[in-house]
Parts: sequence; structure tokens; C-alpha cells
Amino acid sequence: MTSTSAAVRLDHVVFSYSDTMVRFDVTFAPGEITAIMGPSGAGKSTLLNLVAGFEIPREGRVLIGDVDVTIAPPSERPVSMVFQENNLFAHLDVEKNVGLGRSPALRLATADRRDVATALTRVGLAGMEKRLPRELSGGERQRVALARVLVRDRPILLLDEPFASLGPALREDMLDLVASLHAERGMTVLFVTHQPEDARKLAKNMVFVEAGTVAAAGKTADFFTNAGPEAFRHYIGGER
Amino acid sequence: MSVSRTDPRIAAGIIALAAIGILIGGAFAGLGIEAARNPQGAADAFDSYLFRIARFTLWQALLSTLLSVVPAIFVARALARHPAFPGRALILRLFAVPLALPAIVAALGILSLYGRAGYFAEPLAALTGGTWPGIYGLSGILVAHVFFNLPLATRLILEALQTVPADQWRLASQLGMGARSSFRMIDWPAIRAALPGIAGLVFMLCITSFTIVLTLGGGPAATTLEVAIYQALRFDFDPARAVALTLLQIALTAVVVLALMRLGANTTGDANLPVAQRNYIKAKTGEKALNTAIIVVALVFVGGPMLATIVSGLEANLGRLAGEAAVQRATLTSIVLATLSATLATMLALSLVMARRALAGSRTGGEKTLLERFTDTGAGFVLVVPPIVIGAGWFVLVRQSVEVFSLAPFMVVTVNAVMAMPFAVRAVRPAYDAASERHERLCAQLGISGWNRLRLIDWPVLKRPLATAFSFAMALSLGDLGVIALFGSDAVQTLPYLLLARMGSYRTDDAAGLALMLGLLCLALTMLADRLGRETTK
Amino acid sequence: MRSLILSMTSALALATVAFPAAAEGKLTVYTYESFTSEWGPGPQVKKAFEADCACTVDFVSVADGVALLNRVKLEGASTKADIVLGLDTNLTAEAKATGLFAPHGAAGADVKVPGDWKDDTFVPYDYGYFAVVYDTETLKNPPKSLKELVEGNPEEKIAIQDPRTSTPGLGLLLWVKSVYGDKAPEAWAKLKGRVLTVTPGWSEAYGLFTKGEAPMVLSYTTSPAYHMVAENTERYQAASFEEGHYLQIEVAGITTTGAKNPLAEKFMAFMTSPGFQDAVPETNWMLPAGKTDKPLNPAFDKLVKPTKTLIFSADEVAANRKAWVDEWLGVMSK
Repeated sequence: MTSTSAAVRLDHVVFSYSDTMVRFDVTFAPGEITAIMGPSGAGKSTLLNLVAGFEIPREGRVLIGDVDVTIAPPSERPVSMVFQENNLFAHLDVEKNVGLGRSPALRLATADRRDVATALTRVGLAGMEKRLPRELSGGERQRVALARVLVRDRPILLLDEPFASLGPALREDMLDLVASLHAERGMTVLFVTHQPEDARKLAKNMVFVEAGTVAAAGKTADFFTNAGPEAFRHYIGGER
Repeated sequence: MSVSRTDPRIAAGIIALAAIGILIGGAFAGLGIEAARNPQGAADAFDSYLFRIARFTLWQALLSTLLSVVPAIFVARALARHPAFPGRALILRLFAVPLALPAIVAALGILSLYGRAGYFAEPLAALTGGTWPGIYGLSGILVAHVFFNLPLATRLILEALQTVPADQWRLASQLGMGARSSFRMIDWPAIRAALPGIAGLVFMLCITSFTIVLTLGGGPAATTLEVAIYQALRFDFDPARAVALTLLQIALTAVVVLALMRLGANTTGDANLPVAQRNYIKAKTGEKALNTAIIVVALVFVGGPMLATIVSGLEANLGRLAGEAAVQRATLTSIVLATLSATLATMLALSLVMARRALAGSRTGGEKTLLERFTDTGAGFVLVVPPIVIGAGWFVLVRQSVEVFSLAPFMVVTVNAVMAMPFAVRAVRPAYDAASERHERLCAQLGISGWNRLRLIDWPVLKRPLATAFSFAMALSLGDLGVIALFGSDAVQTLPYLLLARMGSYRTDDAAGLALMLGLLCLALTMLADRLGRETTK
Repeated sequence: MRSLILSMTSALALATVAFPAAAEGKLTVYTYESFTSEWGPGPQVKKAFEADCACTVDFVSVADGVALLNRVKLEGASTKADIVLGLDTNLTAEAKATGLFAPHGAAGADVKVPGDWKDDTFVPYDYGYFAVVYDTETLKNPPKSLKELVEGNPEEKIAIQDPRTSTPGLGLLLWVKSVYGDKAPEAWAKLKGRVLTVTPGWSEAYGLFTKGEAPMVLSYTTSPAYHMVAENTERYQAASFEEGHYLQIEVAGITTTGAKNPLAEKFMAFMTSPGFQDAVPETNWMLPAGKTDKPLNPAFDKLVKPTKTLIFSADEVAANRKAWVDEWLGVMSK
């Protein structure tokens, strides 16, 4: 059950909403974790939304592997996404929330249920199948979302600041979890974060977004040297 | 956020719009054919008298709207701040009853209190000196309209308030916000988003008011356009004039409603996961007292005429009435027709609400499309097309090809459903939009759409507002007379129809008893709808 | 989902609309609903006629006489009605103008109504006089003439109906016109102060009256008979007016459809016979236009008997109705 990884490419993508405009031309390496950083409002989430299919570019193409998915609906893309919030349906229990990753009609065969249970065990929520989201902590809810990612088993994983609201220790645990899931499945991960440590710990690559465009891209390690892009140094300087 | 154009929700909305369009368009086509034979009436309609009644129509409707909606904000908020207020659930259910009462029953109930021979006549006479002249004239019209619309607006505003996420309330209580600042920061944004729609709805109801305006207005100086349309079709049988007046009525309403829209911001707050009870609100004693006073005053105002209706209803020989075959038949017919209409109305409303949301989501900034506007406010304008116009139009259209009487139940159900649809929209939309805000991307991502989405995601969240919508629609259909009277066939006799028939043959006691039974029926059905809506999915 | 609704509603349509078997000998009568209600004359009339004709009588009822005419107009020549029963003399000219009615032949020879109203198309079946009905408990000195009504104490109110929407409303308008002629606007201007309110129909005004809101209401001379017979009270009485009372005659006519149905002519003859007429007084609360077998209830003897009958011809009403209503509106809406 290993998903084959694929590169994600935004080919001269132009997108506008109201009076803001973004232009992306960037490729994310297959099977690797890339951190996406940048100031608030720079277009990080928009970038993920374009990959996920929540936004349709005005110009350019979105490619996953060799397939042009520019206008494919979100559910038909080989992509899973975890949001900062609202990853779960409040009225459905944990098992159903995860099970939706397998069948949008929630028709789960015995094997599916077993997979759901396995995924829950894998993210440390064994036995919590019947809990409702409101009975879970913030960290546990995000684990449920990750369990659904496992059940869906798509080659691309988009993380839109999923751990931003968690405490440092919890966040640490979650990063470890993502790292180990990645080690197992080898999916291509795009990880939007505000925390330089997250990027350092998890991501091999780094893309720096500023003012609606990719200002710099490269190895994460290089970004944190004195030779790193100036805009980036300026950004994390401001953050520190 | 972009959503594919093939979203089944948009298709549902288009089907709903098409159904409404066919109903209205067919009526206009029918009357248009007749009007073409003698188009002169359309031009003759526009004289100085018409100008006067148009002015009066707008004036009374604006005042009625203001007096209904502004107090409703405070009543709704008071109810929202006190989820454990004694009898709260019952009050809310009672608030659905006025809609089910035929106008004349409500008018008589109101007059039992404020009329020349009403309970308050003596104290009022002592207060004003001389004899109490009653409330005939503008004041009577306003009292009656507020009686009908204050409860309606209260429930709809409450529905909007209940979409405020619990987090915001926690935040407010944590920040120690008082009643006033929490109103400004939390309640008002939610109310403001819903208010133009609610005010527009009330306005349209008052624009088309007929029996209330004539009976309590004191004379033909108090006449609405609706009366003129009725007169044009009924006494003069001048379809050209009726069509011209209807179009004028729609145009005037459109101007006012669009102006209302501009006042309101169309913002949906970003809602978070739990939408829960507000148990953590700790209202201060002063606020508690004030809110209690507000609720009690509203209850007395709305409950008073209802109580008077009950009192006179009890004087009737209820046992005999309930035993009559005609009454039993009419009750059953009423229940069946109202249930069908309410089901259809709720489905139409849900389709429109879903389509509007999907269209708003697929729009990347910029202007709303015509389709979105129609799913938004546009469809609401059906309210100002008089039922007599729809009825007569269809009658003309189909008389050659169809047995008209067999059409009666069908017409009653569809016309009532379409007329109740705008109410249902107002009840459902805030909750749907808030839920969609949370679920939209997740559903798109997981490929949950169409029937699956309705069943698994939307239905559980929307059950309560759908129940509200359903009970409103049912109350409205229960009380309807317009369509029934026009298509009146002996096969479709409803309770209000029977009530008027008894009144028309001197049997006022019977009529009072039937009014009581109608009110109780409405209350019972509302409670049933509420109960169905509250059941949890487990 | 939509088709489900459609099928549900059409199933309902089928379930609630009883299609009578297309038996030979069926007569369709369009009338107003208080005629067919269970305390109306309808049930008795149906029974009596069916016993005699070996046929089925189908009543189809609409709100009132005006709605009745509109219904026939809307249906045109394809109307199912054989007989239209319940128009009043103010509507007959307009009804005839539609060309949808056929002459009745010999029917109506035994009819006796005040003013000897006769017509080749329509036959009267009952009549009544408009009158001001008052509450003896709250009004000690009822007006004795239209003049007294117009000029009386404005504190003693009357509830009237709108001539644009109701038959009695139009009746009062014609009554005032027939008494005051060109001076009618001045009379209305005076009366206006006494008018509590103008309701859309008879029911609303009468409801206000019995509720005690107004001590007087515009109704019929026969209204007190209902209260005497059914409620055993003489509290409500009609005021007799010196100038006379305006007459309302209710008539029936055979449609062009009915002209082909032999039962129609038979029904018209039956209509003026005791089988029909006996039912009129205590169900329709009007005065019978034909011969009755049963003596009238003594309560009817106590009713006001107008000394003078006022009525405009159908043609006069048809020609002037709009202008007169506009004149009324001009005064009353100031």
C-alpha cells in the first residue's frame, strides 16, 4: 500500500481574485517534503488551493506527474489536504470522518473498516472510533485528519499550517508523525508553515513565497545559511 | 473558491427556479393572452387614484416592516441570551401560529383587545378622555401587521443568531464583554447579514396585505395595490389592468427591497467547528430583567389576540364541531395539503440556498451573475404576485386542455409552496451558509457531492433550520385562503375555507371554534416538526 | 425528487377530486358556496330534484355571485356548467353580454318578486332587501330613514362593505344612489363620519357587528330571522327606512352548454316549485320567489316589510357601475 510519488508542477500559473493577483512557476520534487514559507497574505494558501483544485488558474497549467489537472475537480486529483481547522464533520464520529476518505457515500466494507482502524492506530487514536470531534483535543482532531490521509492513500499531501494552533510539544509529536508517515509512504508533501524550525526539521526543500510569487526556492539547509536568499533572511529575521 | 460548474447543487437551483418561473410565467402568459384582446385597461389603470394607493401601500408596508423588525431584533436577542428562559420552546412555537390564522380571525382577535368593544377599550377611553375610537386606520393596520410579522421576524433572526459559532461566545464571555458590546461585536454582524432578507420578506408580506388593510383601515383611503388588482380581476375582469398593476407592484417592491439589500452586508462570519448552546453566557441581573421584560411584552402582544381567539373559540360547541364529518374532512385536507406544500417549499428553498452558495463560491470576486441574483433575492419576488393573478392566469391557460377542477389540489399545493418558499429560504440560508463555510473544501476534496452530501453532511446540520422552515411553510399553507378560494372546488375544502363559509352563513360561533382548532392544529404540527428537527443522528 | 412530488400531488388530485361516473342524466350546477354548504339549500334541493329526475346533480361552488360570473367567463363556451345559479340582478346584464347563456323558454311563469322583475334569460329563485341591522342592546334609537342614517350621530358607527369587492357593498351604493341621485356624493361625505370601517366582504362586517365593534351593519332584512330561528334571540333587528329598501334578486340561468341538456330546463321549472322554494327561507335566509308548501316560519312575519322597493335595471347598473364606484371612491378615500 505505498503510493507512488509524483512531482507537482505549476507551469506559468496566473490566478486572480478580486484585486489580488498571483503568478507561480515552480516544481516540487517527487517524494520529498517541501516547506512553503512566506509572509501572511503572500499567497501560500492560494498555491496549495491551486494544487488541490479549490482554485482554477486563469492562465497556465497545473501538472501532477505527467497529468494536466488544471481544471480537474478537487476530488479527482491525486491529492489529500489537511487544513488548519475544520478538517472534520462535527456531527460524524471519528470512524465515519476517516471512512469518508475511502467512500464519499460512507459505504464501508469490513475491509474498509479494518483499514480505518489500522490508520487510527497508526496515528495513535486506537479505539477512538466512536468519539465525536467535540470530544477530542485539537491535536487529536488533526490526527484524525492524518488518519484519513492514510486511508485515502494519495501520492500528494498538502498541509496548510495544520499544526499552527498546537502547543510546542504536541506540534513536535505531529511533525514526527508526518515524518514517519512520509518515510513509509514516500508521498510528495507540500507543507505551508510559519515556523522555521518545522521547515528545518521536516523539509528537505524550501519554497519562499512573497507578494504572490515564488521569490526563492532551494534546499532548506541553504536557506538557513548566510548565503540564503535575502528576502528570506529578512523575513525570518523579522520573525525572530 | 472555485467549484465546478457541474455542481449538482446548481442544477437543483436551476430546476427550482424553472419550476417557480413556469408557475409565474404561465400565469402571466394566460392573463397576457386575455389582456391582448383589450389592452386598453393597462393604460387606464394609471390615474391619480392609483398614485395615491401606491403611495399608501408603500407607506404602510414600510412602517409595518420597521415596527416588526426592529423590536424583533431585541426579542430574538433576548431569547438568544437566555437559552433556559422558562417556556422558551413554547414561545417559539406559539410564534409560528399567527401565520396560520386567516387575516379576519387575527383582526377579530386584535379587536377583542384594542377595538371599540375590546377589553382595553375602557382603560384606553379613561386614558384618552371620551370614548375609545378603536384602532381603525393606519394604527390598526400596523398593530395587525406587527402581530403577524414580529413573531416571524423574531424566529428568523434567532435562526441567524444561532449560526454564531460558540467560540465567539466563549471569547466574548472571556473578554468580559457586556450585553452592549457583545451585541455590537457578535450579534449585530450576524443579524445584519440576515436582516435585509428578513426585512424584505416582511415588507413583501405587508405590501400584499388585503383583508387586514381593508377591515382595519377604516375606509377606501386605506387601500393597497393588491385590492386594486383583485378588483380588476374580480369585478371588472380586466386582465390587462391586473397585469399592469401586478407589474407595478413588483417594480415598487423591487426598488424597496434592493435598497434594503444595499443596507445589509452580505458577510458570512467564518464559523468554527462547534455550534453549541450558549450555556456560558452569564447575563447580569440588569440585563436579565430587561430581556425578561422584552420577552414578556412581545409575548403579551402576540399572545393577547391569540388568547382572545381561544376565549371566543371556547364558546363554540367544540364537541359538536369536532364530530362533524365536514370538519374532519377539512382538517384532513388541510393537513395533507399543508404537509405537501411545506415539503415542496422546503425542497425549493433548500435547492435555491444550495445553488446560491455554490454560485457564490464559484465566483472569483466581481459581479454576481443573474442566476445567482435570482437564487438569492430574485425568487422572493413571487410573494408579491397575487395568488388571484396566478390562479386566474393558469385557469385561462389550461381551461381548453385540462379538467380545471382536477387541477385545484395541484394548484393549491404548488402555489402555496412557492409562496412559502421565501420564508423557508430565510430560515435555512444562514445555517447552510455557515455549514458550507466549514465543509465546502472538505467535501470538494473528498468528492462528497450530490445525494451523498445532502444525506451525510448537510442534512444532519440542517435538520433544525429545515424544521423551522417546514413549520413556517406549513403554517402559511394552513392559513391560506387566496388560492383555495379561487380554485374553490368542493373537493378541496380546508379548515380556513370552512371557517369563512361558516362566517358567511351567520355561524360566527362555529367560525370562532374552527379558528381555535386551526391554531391548535398549527401548534401541534409545529411541535411535531420541531421534534423531528431536533432528533440527533446516532 | 421532483417527479416524486409531482406524482404525489397528482395522486392527491386524483384522490380528492371525485370524478363522477359519466352516467346518463347528470346536471352540473355552478353556484356560490353558502348555497352548497350543509346548512345551505344545496343538500335539500339536490335530494328533492334527484328523487324526481333519476339523475345526478353536481354542484360546483365558488365564493360568491361575482366569482361565479368570473368563473363562467374564464371557462368560456367550454364550461361544464349546465346551470349557473346565484347571480344577482346587478350582474345579469354583464352575464348576458358574454353570450354564454341561453333563453329559458317557459320557466319562471309562477315567480313572484317585488317590482315584477322579468327576464328572458334569467329566472329569480329568491330575493331580499338590503337593510341596516342594529343591535337593540347598544342602539336605542335606530335610524328610521336613510336620511337619518346619513345625518345621525357619528359616534354611533356602522360597518359597511366595499362596493369594489362585495355584493352588499354595491347594494348600499345603489341604494344611496337611488335615494339621493346626483346628491349621492354629498350624502356619502356625511355618512363617512359614521362608517367605522369598510370591509372587503359581508362576513367581516357582520363579524365586527356581532363582536360589538359597531352597533349597526349593512345586511339584509332577513338577517334577524336567523338570530330568531337559530339563536332564539330578538336582539338583532333590521331598521325600516322610509325611503324604501334596495332589492336584491338572485337568479339562475341556463348556459349554452345546458341548452343541450334536457335536465336543465327541468331544473329551472323545479327551481320555482315548492320542492326548491321550501328550502330557501331557513337555509339561504332569503325570501322565496316561488310558491312554497310549508308556511314561512313565524319569525319571518316579524321582519321589516319595505313599503317601497328600490331597484335599478340591470342595464342601468351595468352602464353606470364603474362611474358610480369611482364617485364613491372619490368621496370615501379623501
